Amino acid sequence: MQRHLISAADLTRDDAVLILDTAEEMARVADRPIKKLPTLRGRTVVNLFFEDSTRTRISFEAAEKRLSADVINFTAKGSSVSKGESLKDTAQTLEAMGVDAVVIRHGASGAPYRLATSGWIDAAVVNAGDGTHQHPTQALLDAFTMRRRLVGRDAGLGKDLDGRRITLVGDILHSRVARSNVDLLHTLGAEVTLVAPPTLLPVGVETWPCEVSYDLDSTLPKSDAVMLLRVQRERMNAAFFPTEREYSRRYGLDGERMAKMPDHAIVMHPGPMVRGMEITAEVADSDRCTAVEQVTNGVSIRMAVLYLLLGGNEPAVTHARTSEEK
Amino acid sequence: MSKILIRGAKVLGGEPQDVLIDGATIAEVGTGLSADGAEVVEAGGKVLLPGLVDLHTHLREPGREDSETVLTGTRAAASGGYTNVFAMANTFPVADTAGVVEQVWRLGRESGYCDVQPIGAVTVGLEGAKLAELGAMHESAAGVTVFSDDGKCVHDAVIMRRALEYVKAFDGVVAQHAQEPRLTEGAQMNEGVVSAELGLGGWPAVAEESVIARDVLLAEHVGSRVHICHLSTAGSVEIVRWAKSRGIDVTAEVTPHHLLLTDELVRSYNPVYKVNPPLRTERDVLALREALADGTIDIVATDHAPHPHEDKDCEWAAAAMGMVGLETALSVVQETMVETGLLDWAGVADRMSVKPARIGQATGHGRPVSAGEPANLTLVDTEYRGRVDPAGFASRSRNTPYEGRELPGRVTHTWLRGKATLVDGKLT
Repeated sequence: MQRHLISAADLTRDDAVLILDTAEEMARVADRPIKKLPTLRGRTVVNLFFEDSTRTRISFEAAEKRLSADVINFTAKGSSVSKGESLKDTAQTLEAMGVDAVVIRHGASGAPYRLATSGWIDAAVVNAGDGTHQHPTQALLDAFTMRRRLVGRDAGLGKDLDGRRITLVGDILHSRVARSNVDLLHTLGAEVTLVAPPTLLPVGVETWPCEVSYDLDSTLPKSDAVMLLRVQRERMNAAFFPTEREYSRRYGLDGERMAKMPDHAIVMHPGPMVRGMEITAEVADSDRCTAVEQVTNGVSIRMAVLYLLLGGNEPAVTHARTSEEK
Repeated sequence: MSKILIRGAKVLGGEPQDVLIDGATIAEVGTGLSADGAEVVEAGGKVLLPGLVDLHTHLREPGREDSETVLTGTRAAASGGYTNVFAMANTFPVADTAGVVEQVWRLGRESGYCDVQPIGAVTVGLEGAKLAELGAMHESAAGVTVFSDDGKCVHDAVIMRRALEYVKAFDGVVAQHAQEPRLTEGAQMNEGVVSAELGLGGWPAVAEESVIARDVLLAEHVGSRVHICHLSTAGSVEIVRWAKSRGIDVTAEVTPHHLLLTDELVRSYNPVYKVNPPLRTERDVLALREALADGTIDIVATDHAPHPHEDKDCEWAAAAMGMVGLETALSVVQETMVETGLLDWAGVADRMSVKPARIGQATGHGRPVSAGEPANLTLVDTEYRGRVDPAGFASRSRNTPYEGRELPGRVTHTWLRGKATLVDGKLT
């Protein structure tokens, strides 16, 4: 493990499997009457959220609290940031209060990378989603969910997703979830196919380690998991597709389409879902849809990441920020 | 005035010769010239060029004196071997009236380090809607002949057509910043493999190329000349090459950074690499070098764009676009064009002095190094190699993409009409 978690592309196969295995251990904590580990007692983690994202923030907060960390939540709205304070000054201000890790969500692609590499602060940085770049813990929790469902909870330990066929459908262009998933799933040996209208695929996607298709129906029978990405209605106004209904007809998953998937195949969604757009209520509420499970798994994954970055006994976790050394 | 004898300089990279400056003029060029009564500068095999001319400089004054002033900008110019710079119009207030261009012109004269020729805005406030008083700027003391909304594109085809036509009355030229605005909404970097991965808004090559294609056709239709600022893509090169072959009166410039750097550098998310137009791919870089060598691209222009530290010490999306370039331009051209064998020093003089002076109608600049000509000269130690240290810049800003990079060549002396502005690498 490295000192920061910025991009899913930075994880080796062994790193990723270690995180997934650790997350399985963390999941067991949730089954205990007292869902807490003392691992990060005395360590302070700040959730630095420049974008509204209640679900991701709460997931991190739950993970931090279960590891007994002291948690500070910082949201940009109404803070000094809205008065024009720079990212650098905000981060330095928080670090001056003695934080050990910064979990950052930012609208600008690369903001967590800048925070981790510019020498502004010493704390470990965890990317909780940056612009349209990366959202590595989302990819990890998705992989965790796939491994549990497709390989098995116990049988999956130590294993990757070798040969599993994963299809991602929707707004790839604006999706950090898609980028993170393509990177991580490729590392874990899965075969990834992206399905979207050509307008919602980035120029340059041809170099990504995955297949690209414009046709959902032909892809479904060859999928072990189908992940639907949220499509924002506003995209329509920029001519990415003509109407919500047309998008839904061509790329939305309904019961009829779901029936074309193999019996064991699962439907995934990172949330929040736009029911009636990319997914019908019938599919969203079916047993095959793992959306709620993904939320649960998100806490375990985030516990695992924070544990390995801050409290784990891996030799590579050299994080020891001491004011004496400064 | 005093005499200066530059002894043993390779004039335009040729055999060592002596050059005698008397007052503001080159008195004699030859071998074994007498040093009698003259201050001697031992050139020792350094290369002597006509003073460099930059058709594209942002001096930031008036309005953003925190990033550059006419004085600091002209000091940077002299350090880089320039004797004449053209100051872009995107100041605060915009240089769209005779008053503002005269102010910049006057500040240039007062600085004494480098001639400053203001560029006038094409449209009022650079807004692309209404022509600025181009004639008034031309007739002002500043004598503006180059007009540009640089930083913004004159995107309206009718406004562009009218501007191209209108300036014919006084032999002016419109310098177009080619950037189709709709195709570049939210654009952050070159659109391609790297932008797809980094999740930064794509800036497609076609946004530049489509405007250039339109404008060369407009220039042909109305019989005007047009100048293309900072051409950055292989496709743009092809369009300009085609236009020239058709006899269209088009000239084009390339920046040093587009001759050297690619969008791969953006992987660092370091905004020092954020620039408009964006850094492109290796293929584009090679096409630009080739085009500069074969004359499709006429000149090198720096697009020197100073920004204060805080505007680059932030996340990519929040950062300002632009790089300083006056003090590193010649070194980058030596690295990318001379050391690759694409241009000799006479070619460098042509692309960085003679042709830009001609396009901008800068009298007294870009002249041959021969007797009777104005003594605007630059002496370059081409054997030097060193790492770029922004702390040593004369510019008020430090936003260079070359910090720590080893580059060849160093300007040691600059003379503006016989007056030394740079001696042994130090400003006078």
